[in-house]
Amino acid sequence: MSTHAHAPAPPASGPPSLVHRRGEESWSRGDKIGVGLAWAAGILLCALAAAIVLYMLFRGLQYLSLTLLASHPLPSLDQTKSGGFLDPIEGTVILTILGTAIATPIGVGIAVWLSEYARPSWLARAVESGVEIVAGTPSIVLAIFGLLVFQQSVFGFLSFTAEGNAVFGRSFFTAGAMMALIALPLIVGSTREALQSIPSHVREASYALGKDRISTIRRVLLPASRRGIGTGVTLGMGRIVGDTAIVVILLGASQQIQPENGTPVWGLLKGTGSTLTTYVYNNSPAGEGGAPQKAYAAAFVLLVIVIFLNFAVDLIARRKEPTWTR
Amino acid sequence: MDPLIPAEEEGFDPLREPMSVAAQLPPPVRRIAVEEAPTVAQPPAAGNGHVAPTAVAALAKRMPRADTAPLERMRTEALSIAYGQKLAVNQVSLTVRQGEVLALIGPSGCGKTTLLRSLNRLVDLTPAASRGGKILLDGEDVDLFDVTHLRRRVGMLFQQPNPFPMSIFDNVAYGLRERGSKKPSKRELEPVVVAALERAGLLEEVKDNLDHPALALSGGQQQRLCIARSLAVQPEVLLLDEPCSALDPISTQVIEETIVSLRSEIAIVIVTHNLQQAQRVADHVAFMYLGDLVEYGEAERVFGSPVAERTREYVSGGFG
Amino acid sequence: MSVNGSHNAKPKDRTDQRAEVALGALASAVLLLIGFMIVFVFSKAWPSFAHNGLAWFGPGGNVDEQLANIFNSPANPSNYVYTMHAWPLLYATALITGAAVVLSTAISLLSAMFIVEFAPQAMRRVMQPVIRLLAAVPSVVYGLIGILVLVPFVGNHVISGSEKDAVRYVIQLDGTSILVGVLVLTVMITPIMVAITTDALRSVPRNWTEGAAALGVNRWRALRTVGLRAARPAIVAAIVLATARALGEAIMLSMVSGSVGFAPNPLDGTTFIFEPARTLAATIVDNAEGLSVKPFGQTVYAFAAVLLISSFFLSFAGWAARQSMRKYTLQAR
Repeated sequence: MSTHAHAPAPPASGPPSLVHRRGEESWSRGDKIGVGLAWAAGILLCALAAAIVLYMLFRGLQYLSLTLLASHPLPSLDQTKSGGFLDPIEGTVILTILGTAIATPIGVGIAVWLSEYARPSWLARAVESGVEIVAGTPSIVLAIFGLLVFQQSVFGFLSFTAEGNAVFGRSFFTAGAMMALIALPLIVGSTREALQSIPSHVREASYALGKDRISTIRRVLLPASRRGIGTGVTLGMGRIVGDTAIVVILLGASQQIQPENGTPVWGLLKGTGSTLTTYVYNNSPAGEGGAPQKAYAAAFVLLVIVIFLNFAVDLIARRKEPTWTR
Repeated sequence: MDPLIPAEEEGFDPLREPMSVAAQLPPPVRRIAVEEAPTVAQPPAAGNGHVAPTAVAALAKRMPRADTAPLERMRTEALSIAYGQKLAVNQVSLTVRQGEVLALIGPSGCGKTTLLRSLNRLVDLTPAASRGGKILLDGEDVDLFDVTHLRRRVGMLFQQPNPFPMSIFDNVAYGLRERGSKKPSKRELEPVVVAALERAGLLEEVKDNLDHPALALSGGQQQRLCIARSLAVQPEVLLLDEPCSALDPISTQVIEETIVSLRSEIAIVIVTHNLQQAQRVADHVAFMYLGDLVEYGEAERVFGSPVAERTREYVSGGFG
Repeated sequence: MSVNGSHNAKPKDRTDQRAEVALGALASAVLLLIGFMIVFVFSKAWPSFAHNGLAWFGPGGNVDEQLANIFNSPANPSNYVYTMHAWPLLYATALITGAAVVLSTAISLLSAMFIVEFAPQAMRRVMQPVIRLLAAVPSVVYGLIGILVLVPFVGNHVISGSEKDAVRYVIQLDGTSILVGVLVLTVMITPIMVAITTDALRSVPRNWTEGAAALGVNRWRALRTVGLRAARPAIVAAIVLATARALGEAIMLSMVSGSVGFAPNPLDGTTFIFEPARTLAATIVDNAEGLSVKPFGQTVYAFAAVLLISSFFLSFAGWAARQSMRKYTLQAR
């Protein structure tokens, strides 16, 4: 870094002390430390990510086996040798489908209202804040709120009712309902973004053809927002798959799926069970803890599902957006 | 991810303040001696089919010339700049002198902005750009010393005023604070900031509250703030990239007067689309077309009796 | 938002009006839900607050003992035990959440600056999907790694025998500690913050970055002064989001930070970080089975009520902070 040697005398204005500073180096010590820290942070993040992924890969492949995937959990003294996690896998799938099925129509409906109607405006702003509040509420709080609600006898049809009329309040239905809540803000957000990115001349063209607003929404806008809705739904599914607190509180503590007696599907949904997340929790030292190997295997399967969902979000987001050229 | 609230980039809309600026502006701080009588270019005596005096040159009112002898500050030697495969500037050699204003004129896409941005190596920020030839500052190759040093000596003003999201004081003091390890105190900075604001012609309007956010100023004031900000680091050369194109006529006039007042201390290069502006402020003119330097010389000659056919067409409004 | 068409303006069909009302009702249901949530949780929690008054938030006694006593209350409602001094839980929540957010902010800002400005292109391309993936990993997986890898490591190799002896009469040190809790929580919330901050830094208008460069300010300084400043609203949003996630994290922390309602004592010196603690959220999860016992359930709902208020307050604080920053953004004009 050479300093200039031929500069003419600097103009007289300005106190001399600041002018002479021109010869300072361009990267001060503080700057160099800062850049060094930035590098360190970036490398640390990469290393952590690699460590987590590789470790889970290693452990998962070490302990995962086909029998584990295909067999039911069995009560036994030596957990390391018996049973698998077929039921938890089923539980995850059922809960995810249920939660998404409830959340999607509601979420899309709210997004449509916020984007296309939104009158009166104070209500629209309140609903916006409301969705944000739901997004920020801890799932454990939503879970015990759900328990409180579904233990009311009015909801007895959704879960077990024990003798003495005490409503159990824990079932796939109740857990699914609260799962819908945690997926809801993601669906609302994505759908709304998609709707708002449709230029207004599309709507005007539809009205000019004589269609009213609701059919425009149904026939034109929603199909065009498929990408955004898909992204939101997949993101919501990811969140449902990964949640443990709601399942712990609202799905009952049975390892195997226990449908309530009676009709096949309805009884199943009224019954209790477990998911991969609670399975991992219960098999770790924090739960009964007997079989960390099974916990690793189940966690690996969980990770695979989550990675797949992430990948699906990418795929959906990359699909060609409809072009609205005039 | 979740919806964010990043600051959206709103384009500056000059239509938003047509009248208010005129109402707000106090009389300019420094009024340069009044315009000279319009010069009418005389056709050369020898009659070999030479150009007629251009109408534009006839009407222009010129700011008075500098009386100090110009001192060479920067020079380009066969400078070429390419973006990927496309050549934007082709073998341009010209000189930038302290004591005079050099105007780069030419139609859109002719490479004048690229040339300007190469003088402070701002083209280096564009990944696909490549440069050939030499640029010299006070005789030294600019590639040989640190780019931040270069930029402290060669300042730049942009087309869109770009004051930082800070107070007026912090904006002007920015260049002085963010260099090296020792941070000057506010007390040390204050006289410098005030002096820079005065030179830029902004002090009168803002002196009551230097802690006001800079973004609350009008467009013309913001541009003058940017001038003050550049002046505070005491550059030897100042590059102006169409500084008035987004501003109303009154702000433009104030800025032009400021430019002319600065030229005795700082070498000034201005890129402009506006031929009248070039005539008002320039001492030397370089006309570029599609990357080539077509004509380069004293302003009166280039406007009055340009040598190249292309120059004559451009200067008389034949294309643009 | 609502579209105002030109000639064929707002269609006023009966079905359309009904659709608008129906959708509006659906949207308002969200507000109703939140209202119900507040009302139900607080009404269930009220007796616990009422019986303890402000001492509910104060120290005094062992939280686990108090919980056990409440659980074992005699059956007669007038003899229910409600005594609860939840300070150790509040303190643990504030400590663990606060430490994790501070650590995470520092790492996230630095990493984001690295990704935007200094990282080589290849590294940048790898980091983007990796960070998004990390953000999607379920908390129970983080908890598993924590409890099977970090906790034994800390318990057996980091905490010395003498340290364990020193506090033996007060608490057992087995590796579940606020150290592991804070570390894993930091790793959990950093990816989201990094993602939001990188997006924000990338969207800084080029006008400003070029302006700073043109003044001869080096890349780091320009990023630190102008870039971070321009990204401030997004950074605040990211911090609020991360804090909300940290506050509500129940499962992972109940696995790694300890199952005792203990208030770590800073006067213990460095041993302090090895002491276990339990946040409000983790306490709720750990005690969920006893909800049917009335006074116990009400106490647990009281914990939930405190969490609920905190998350409302957090959302509001974030909104207020973003409002106050508006005058410095381009929207100021």
